[in-house]
Amino acid sequence: MDFGHIVIIAISAILINNFILSRFLGICPFLGVSKQTDTAVGMGMAVIFVMTMASAVTWVIYNFFLLPTEHNVFYLVSRAFGGDFKPENFDLAYLETIAYILVIATLVQIVEIVIRKSSPTLYSALGIFLPLITTNCAILGVAELNTITYNYNFIESLVHGISAGIGFTLALVLMAGIRERLEYAKIPKAMQGLPIVFFVSALMSMAFLGFSGLRF
Amino acid sequence: MDPLFISAIVLLGVMGFVFGAIIAVVARRFAVKTDPRVKHIMDALPGANCGACGYPGCLGLAEAIAKGEAPVDACIPGGKEVADKIAEIMGTEASERIRMVAVAKCSGGCENAYDKMEYHGEMDCRIAYLTSGGPKSCQYGCLGFGTCAEECPFGAITMVDGLPVVDDETCTGCGVCVNVCPVGVMELIPYNSKVYVACNSRDKGVAVRKFCKTGCIACRLCEKSCPYDAIHITDNLAKVDYSRCTNCGICVAKCPTKCILDKIETRPKVYITGDCTGCGECKKVCPVKAITGEEGEQHKVDMDRCIGCGECIKVCPASAIRIIGSPAEVAS
Repeated sequence: MDFGHIVIIAISAILINNFILSRFLGICPFLGVSKQTDTAVGMGMAVIFVMTMASAVTWVIYNFFLLPTEHNVFYLVSRAFGGDFKPENFDLAYLETIAYILVIATLVQIVEIVIRKSSPTLYSALGIFLPLITTNCAILGVAELNTITYNYNFIESLVHGISAGIGFTLALVLMAGIRERLEYAKIPKAMQGLPIVFFVSALMSMAFLGFSGLRF
Repeated sequence: MDPLFISAIVLLGVMGFVFGAIIAVVARRFAVKTDPRVKHIMDALPGANCGACGYPGCLGLAEAIAKGEAPVDACIPGGKEVADKIAEIMGTEASERIRMVAVAKCSGGCENAYDKMEYHGEMDCRIAYLTSGGPKSCQYGCLGFGTCAEECPFGAITMVDGLPVVDDETCTGCGVCVNVCPVGVMELIPYNSKVYVACNSRDKGVAVRKFCKTGCIACRLCEKSCPYDAIHITDNLAKVDYSRCTNCGICVAKCPTKCILDKIETRPKVYITGDCTGCGECKKVCPVKAITGEEGEQHKVDMDRCIGCGECIKVCPASAIRIIGSPAEVAS
């Protein structure tokens, strides 16, 4: 495997195709949990964990259970029992979304239980956004991009998952840092609160657009 | 049967089962033991998160009570009702707590107290206080911007003529106003005590006269007239000893600057029946000189002056003095 290829996937997911600022996925927690840097880091870690695990598990499910290939588990089992089936008989690709959501929901549940035990402060700070990772389109996005769009292999999927999480955390922490300073800035009344955050995220997004000029 | 159909059911079924099992194991492993009583106590508490108990919000108090760190009657706004409910949850008895209400120890409103400067700033007592103690010439008086009224979690304070007026029925005695007032004008007094000193000035009498029409000038008239030794001058300021005060209202009538206030709008009155022997004992003890009459004749009570303190009833040898209590009775 080409090491350079892996690096390109990582840099691409972190900077060039940043999930929040370029792909506009996962905007909800981006605006919701970016008030304090500490909470943003906690949320980022949770998302990195869920994204990485989801990438790994969904890759296995997609390639061994959903795709109608020679090594589809159902096909192999039916063959072992002497059935006369073709791989095409087990084309479960249409179950992809529901299966992925099942995986993501499980992972989020686990993260939630663990965080609740280990850091009650972070748990209460993340609030509703922690269970909402379940429906965070960034995570489902990673899983879909890994399998359907890019057809990555297992290592590539894993790297892409981690990097997407790191990119998400990067944007979230940067935003939290800016918002902490915005607290002390003199902002016109109509712009206070979320409106100014939208402007800031638009500017950040344009700044990240600059990375698309990167050449390897 | 179509293999696609079966495999889809098997796949999702197995996934659901496996993931469910994983979550079950993890949940068991990382179980957070929460006291079920916390939720019940939380339901019993008012939920205003006023912070009067000293814990961060009602949940904080509920946890502390469940752990046994806080007494069951720690919620001041909730009063006895809530304390009883929580005591039931905790299986203990709630002790009787005296209900407290806030009063403003100042009667120097817009009319009575003089300003020492014009203030054009943020209309907030805490901010105004930073500019050399606020615009009032009396450094102990209410600034009148109504920060207490804004901060009151129960909306029990209204500003009337630049002074906070506390509604005793709504006030829960949580003490938020006491803490928020930068001058320290607000005070908690027992709900049953109806007489309080509406002045906070520790200045000497001469100075108080310069600053305010209704300040305590420490003349000691109240101290001398109190039959129960319940009011004393300390630091040039009259202070009611609520453990002794009987709400007789003599000091209210005596105070020359009218800075001792009475929450009872209509005081009971006494009248003398025909059994009067004209001994004159009542005349001697009446603190407000409301009883008149020659010796040996039927004595009379001046209803306008009588404050219903009941001193005369105690000394009357013929038991000829009666008291009438309700406002309707008094009016007739």
